[in-house]
Amino acid sequence: MVTSEIDTEYNKGRHDRRIFILGGAMAIFSSTLAYRMHFLQVSESSKFRLLAEENRINVRLLPPTRGEIFDRNGILLAGNKQNFKVILIRDEIKDLDQVLLNLEKILKFSKSFKDQLKSEILKRSPLIPITVSDNLSWEQLSNVAVNSPILPGVSPEVGLSRFYPRSTDYSHIIGYVGAVGEKDIIKMDRDYREGKISEKDPLLEIPKFQVGKTGVENKLDRQLRGKAGNKRIEVNSVGRIMRELSRAESIKGADINLTIDTRLQHFVQERLSGLSASAVIMNVNSGDLLAIGSTPAFDPNKFIGGISHSDYNSILENPYNPLWNKSVQGSYPPGSTFKMIVSLAALEAGVISINDEINCKGFTEISGRKFYCWKSGGHGKVNLHNSLKQSCDHYYYELSQRIGISKIAAMARRLGVGEKFDLPLPLVESGIMPSREWRRKEKGQEWKIGDTLNTAIGQGDVLTSPLQLAVITARLATNSIVKPRLIKSFSGLSLPIESFKSLNIDPAAMREVRRGMYSVVNDKKGTAYSSRVEQDDKEFAGKTGTSQVTEISKSERKRGVSKNEDKPWKYRDHALFVGYAPFTNPKYSVSVVVEHGGSGSTSAAPIARDIMLAAQYGSLPPLSAYPEAQRSRIGSTLTKMQLVDPEKTLRSEYE
Amino acid sequence: MSYLEQNIKRTPYGIVKFLHLNWAVLILIFAISSVGFLMLYSVAGGSLAPWAEPQLKRFVAGICMLLFIAMIPIWFWKNVSGLIYFISIMLLIGVDFFGTTGMGAQRWLDLGFIRLQPSELTKITTVLFLAAYYDWLDITKVSKPIWVLIPVIIILIPVSLIFNQPDLGTALLVLCGGGGLMLLAGVHWGYFLGIIMSLASGAVAIFYTRDTGLAILRDYQYRRIDTFLNPSSDPMGAGYHIGQSKIALGSGGVNGRGFMQGTQSQLNFLPEKHTDFIFTTLAEEFGFIGGLSVLAMYNLLILFCIVSALKNKDRFSSLVIMGIAFTFFLYFAPNMAMVMGFAPIVGVPLPLISYGGSSMLVLLGAFGLMQSAHVHRVR
Repeated sequence: MVTSEIDTEYNKGRHDRRIFILGGAMAIFSSTLAYRMHFLQVSESSKFRLLAEENRINVRLLPPTRGEIFDRNGILLAGNKQNFKVILIRDEIKDLDQVLLNLEKILKFSKSFKDQLKSEILKRSPLIPITVSDNLSWEQLSNVAVNSPILPGVSPEVGLSRFYPRSTDYSHIIGYVGAVGEKDIIKMDRDYREGKISEKDPLLEIPKFQVGKTGVENKLDRQLRGKAGNKRIEVNSVGRIMRELSRAESIKGADINLTIDTRLQHFVQERLSGLSASAVIMNVNSGDLLAIGSTPAFDPNKFIGGISHSDYNSILENPYNPLWNKSVQGSYPPGSTFKMIVSLAALEAGVISINDEINCKGFTEISGRKFYCWKSGGHGKVNLHNSLKQSCDHYYYELSQRIGISKIAAMARRLGVGEKFDLPLPLVESGIMPSREWRRKEKGQEWKIGDTLNTAIGQGDVLTSPLQLAVITARLATNSIVKPRLIKSFSGLSLPIESFKSLNIDPAAMREVRRGMYSVVNDKKGTAYSSRVEQDDKEFAGKTGTSQVTEISKSERKRGVSKNEDKPWKYRDHALFVGYAPFTNPKYSVSVVVEHGGSGSTSAAPIARDIMLAAQYGSLPPLSAYPEAQRSRIGSTLTKMQLVDPEKTLRSEYE
Repeated sequence: MSYLEQNIKRTPYGIVKFLHLNWAVLILIFAISSVGFLMLYSVAGGSLAPWAEPQLKRFVAGICMLLFIAMIPIWFWKNVSGLIYFISIMLLIGVDFFGTTGMGAQRWLDLGFIRLQPSELTKITTVLFLAAYYDWLDITKVSKPIWVLIPVIIILIPVSLIFNQPDLGTALLVLCGGGGLMLLAGVHWGYFLGIIMSLASGAVAIFYTRDTGLAILRDYQYRRIDTFLNPSSDPMGAGYHIGQSKIALGSGGVNGRGFMQGTQSQLNFLPEKHTDFIFTTLAEEFGFIGGLSVLAMYNLLILFCIVSALKNKDRFSSLVIMGIAFTFFLYFAPNMAMVMGFAPIVGVPLPLISYGGSSMLVLLGAFGLMQSAHVHRVR
């Protein structure tokens, strides 16, 4: 009994020792845990708190609504339509194949599309929403919504997408938007480096964000784009949104009213259709551009979501070059429309007086080279008035020799040749007014007297855009430095109309030139007599022009192959006409260039007349304005034009 | 005849036993469990469902069981320890045939009223049976090889069965628990040295056989060990759990973000936020102060057990109390070490706090045994 007791006591001691050892080990481990806890929660806390914030908060940009574009009367030209789309999140789907099969039935897409979609879905992270299909109709969208029980992970969504209700009418002016690309970001980076913009716009980082690619959409992109809002959202580990922490609303881009009159723009586009042509009509008093036509045009709506290969190829393969805004980007030798400038330069220089006559024999010979007048055999004795009316080349060969290129160039520049107008359009052509210095610098050649003669009839190196021709004509009509403008109001604020400075050209000289232009159209011998208007208050003045694309060689002249129709299209002459109306109290100036259209009097002048009449009547011109003999022919052409009321859209939103 | 049996007459009778409970331990159990309810309420986004309420019910049932076990004399438990051990082994075998799969391993046995995790049960039954063995064994034979082999077998049966589920973490913990009891029983140091050596060589073998047909561990276990050794290597994959848990913990700071304000756990960045990783939520919401308080309570609980064990003159009682205390330690220490990025991820809950019926009931039952040993101690 006693031994047992002692034994126990002895063993108890040993046992207690082991308890202390184990207890000590546990205490050490617990202290380590406490130390570690201190390290994480006290020493390194700030670092982990930062990481936690990153974990938790996501900033999502709220894209702004793009500013809308209207015409001068408030007709919508570029708007935003609701874009119904269906998105899919794979993570929420158990049986992808079944869901796709159901979608296929509901949205009726092809099997190849489905296969493509499936591979696209499988390529991406299961958490990223994938657009199954966009630009859906309301019916399609509601079908998806109604069938949501058999479409887990699929949800309908509404976004905004650009829409151009007037379709082809404005393809060259407004341009189009497209998904932001590498180029847009590079440009933004460059602008930022060069200090043009104060901050980089995070909107461009959004995939498929729509930015202006051409036209006003491109040039005024930053103003139209608006300002991004953002929302800070709390997300959980799988990216699901738990709640919104804060929200800064986006600011809609500026709405813009153009100076263009849709009714007229549409008329111009329709009148030019079928041709490779351009026409500009503007208000000579305000400088407002009322229509800028260029054909053929394209439907900008097709470019928004990325144009299909076949559509794009058909545009590229069109020899008339639909993508090119010929009115603004094109440059053509002005031909005889340049003669007013030479006349004014000569009258101002005093080398000729109004009634001085020059004998036209049909050609001028200078240092062994013959310069022909367009009329073989010559016009006989012509004064300034007749030289314009009949467009006598010889008269201007003579004038140019008397005054020299410098004075011609100076006058041309005053009137707008070589001037780049400040318009929110891409690649505005400034044209070329050649001079001795220019010739030396650009071509490394000396100026020859023959160049002066060629320039005098608007050939050679002198180039103008149709827009410039309209501005020049406006300046001739008003004797003031008219400047064109395209933006009427910005965010509802009307831009002030500039009061233009005077050109300071002798009014008597100006009157004589205008009288000559009047006779071009209204005198029986005028080159555009057949395009006259028989309505006294709507009479107009103008000047035809036919500019050679290729020089007529001597051998050609001998063989007599100078007839335009015999040549291939691209070697034919350009047909030009400039004019203003009404003659007595000018309001509109117009220019028409029909590429390779033959002579100005037959191709360009009738178009110019129709446009000027349409502008003055504000609608389809009545037949009574036309000469009686032409009425039946013109009547049938005008009725053939398929004009659409400007209030109506040319294209349904869901085409 | 043991010391206890000699002094039976001095133990309290009937209702008086209640007064002799170790109230400090009981109060700590209540306190820690209350923290658990609070956290389960928080991780559910401020709702009793789905975790806090069932946990509370289980706790009530568990406390009843604790008191019931405590009222029964400890020598009864000593006498049935072999049977209990046998039953738990049978249940463990049962899991292999009728078990429910969870987390890629068979762990649960659905008994209808409770989904039992027999591996949790064996943590205690092994300790109990070993204590009885050493109580029976003559103290002088403790370190004799043949008498060392028997407890090793007693330990290795459940360990190998659990390892087979496969649940490496729990198997190791049962192994440690048994080893701890052998240490307490006074087995010679040399054996432990030998075991540690062989474990080290086993670890070498485990890695040596990796990617061969003889691989000892499952692929996910290898990856978890990789991640443990270098958690940043795969922040979104295998290292995700540890990374997120450290972020949550660290972002709690000293004072914490406040009750129910823990963004990381509330937003599901944490895996198993209501079970194994609940400490991160606690530490995020209550900060260093909160986390340290919980650690202190755990240690205090163990300290009271140690005091009780030291006061207890009966070898079986003392061994059971210490064995239970050490098993308890083997819950919270690896769990905390894991969420702090200290240890590999093993499925071990935070005792009395994590959601889960098995561990809660097993632990309360174990403390019932501890209380029984305390109440029926010789005075």
